[in-house]
Order: sequence, then C-alpha cells, then structure tokens
Amino acid sequence: MSGDHHASSAISERVRHVEALLEARGLVDEGEIDRRIDEFLAGGSPANGARITARAWVDPGFRDRLLTDANAAIREVGLSMAGGLQEQRLKVVANTSEEHNVVVCTLCSCYPIALLGPSPAWYKSEAYRSRVVRDPRGVLAEFGLDLPATTRITVWDASAESRYMVVPRRPEGTEGMPEEELAGVVTRKGLIGTAAV
Amino acid sequence: MSRINDVGGMMGFPAIAEEPDEPAFHADWEAHVLALNAALIRRGVYNLDEFRDAIERMPPDAYLSSSYYEKWFTAITTLLVEKGIATPEELAGG
Repeated sequence: MSGDHHASSAISERVRHVEALLEARGLVDEGEIDRRIDEFLAGGSPANGARITARAWVDPGFRDRLLTDANAAIREVGLSMAGGLQEQRLKVVANTSEEHNVVVCTLCSCYPIALLGPSPAWYKSEAYRSRVVRDPRGVLAEFGLDLPATTRITVWDASAESRYMVVPRRPEGTEGMPEEELAGVVTRKGLIGTAAV
Repeated sequence: MSRINDVGGMMGFPAIAEEPDEPAFHADWEAHVLALNAALIRRGVYNLDEFRDAIERMPPDAYLSSSYYEKWFTAITTLLVEKGIATPEELAGG
C-alpha cells in the first residue's frame, strides 16, 4: 500500500485540483463536498446493526422476520437500506452453536454501511478478500476466533446489489439483560462474523 | 474471464492487518474523493456501475499497488476523461 507521507501530500494536491476544476465547471456545488462527507459519516454506524441484533435476541418473532426478509424487518426498528445511491437487498444470517457465518466482498468492498458504518480497511484488503473464502477457519483463527472443528462455516460474498449482516450468538450470562444493554455488547466484527461477542 | 479485482481464493496474499481504533478516513483527501464520487454520480456524470467498472479495469499492477481511495480517484479521473468532462492535462493541472 502506498501510504507514505510524500505520496499522500501529492495525491492530496491532485484531489484538490480536480475538485476546484469541477466546481469551476459547475459540476460540484460550493459546500457540496463537505456536506456529502458529513452525510456519509452520519449515514450509518455499528450501533444500528447492534440494535437489530439485540432485538433479534429478545424477540424470536422479529428474529424470524429478520432472517426471512431483512429489508422489511429492519424498517420495524426505523432503519432502511435505501439511503445510499441505490436500495440494496439485505440478507441477515444468524450464528448458532452448529453454524458460523462470515461476510466478505471478494470483488471489492460491498458492505452494509447503513447498519455498520464505514468499513474497516482490513475488510477491503486483498488479503482478507482472497483468503477468507479459501480458508475461513484459518482466517477466523487469525482474528482470534477459534471455532470447534464441528462448527460449519458459511462465507457470504456480497455484491453490488446484495449486502449481508451476521447476527452473532447471544453471550452466556446475558439472560434478563435489557435490550439496550444487550446492544452495547455487540461489536462491528461480531456483525461481520470475524469475532464472537 | 476475470479481472484483477476478482481476488477470491487467490493465493499469495499476506496475513490480514487490523488497525486498532481505525478512523473512517486516514487523510482528508480520502473523504474528499468519496464525496466527489457521490456528487458526480448524483449529478448523473456517470453511474455506480460505470464507477465500479473503472476501478476493476485498472491494470493489475496499478490496482495492487494503489490504496483503496487511490483506486477511487483513478476511476473518477478515468471517467471524467472518457465522458469528455476534462482532458488528462487539465486534470493533472497542466
């Protein structure tokens, strides 16, 4: 990866130049760039995926609806996959004691930003994208998640139109914990499937 | 036929590097590239599929040696030229 300081300052100047050119040609409005950056950062957060997960843990009916038609079910909690440039189909998959799910986008970086916020760099790396489909058990172990040999692992490959989210297993000892508090134990990696919660 | 972005199952990539407390952007210009792309798509200069295609047809060596948002910037400038919005010289500041 070319991330050194000199490369960064050179590209920074090039981006500024192209931005000014497009503004001069009326293709980008004044203030639009800052507004779109703010929109993007406000557009999603892992707190949304956590809220969906906590609801699925406490409400078996919601869990069923979520696993059957996630686009419809997440509207029940005030969320939607229609906020981006195009409506995305969402499939939610749930981990159990027998089965573990993990999400990738081998072709690029497709990711449910509305539910998880901006994606981490490792998710977009060629290393993760190439390896998790060939050796998911080994890659999960690298993340510190050692699954029993008997656990079946399913890897879901996202695409331009389809996004995936994992409902992690509810941790033991959380019986009786209120829904809001349960949401607090859910992590971004748990929702991608590269960690347990 | 596959292109260089189609890395699923490809051998030889290293261990996955995680960055603790990773920011959404590692530099301001990355955020500006993201916003520029959104602005141009919303305005209909090109669409999302054309944008993806412009990344995926990068030469393999450039694809693999570019950071994520460097790829985005390459795709944006490629499409601005192809759509007749600006010449490569204008985009380069010449």
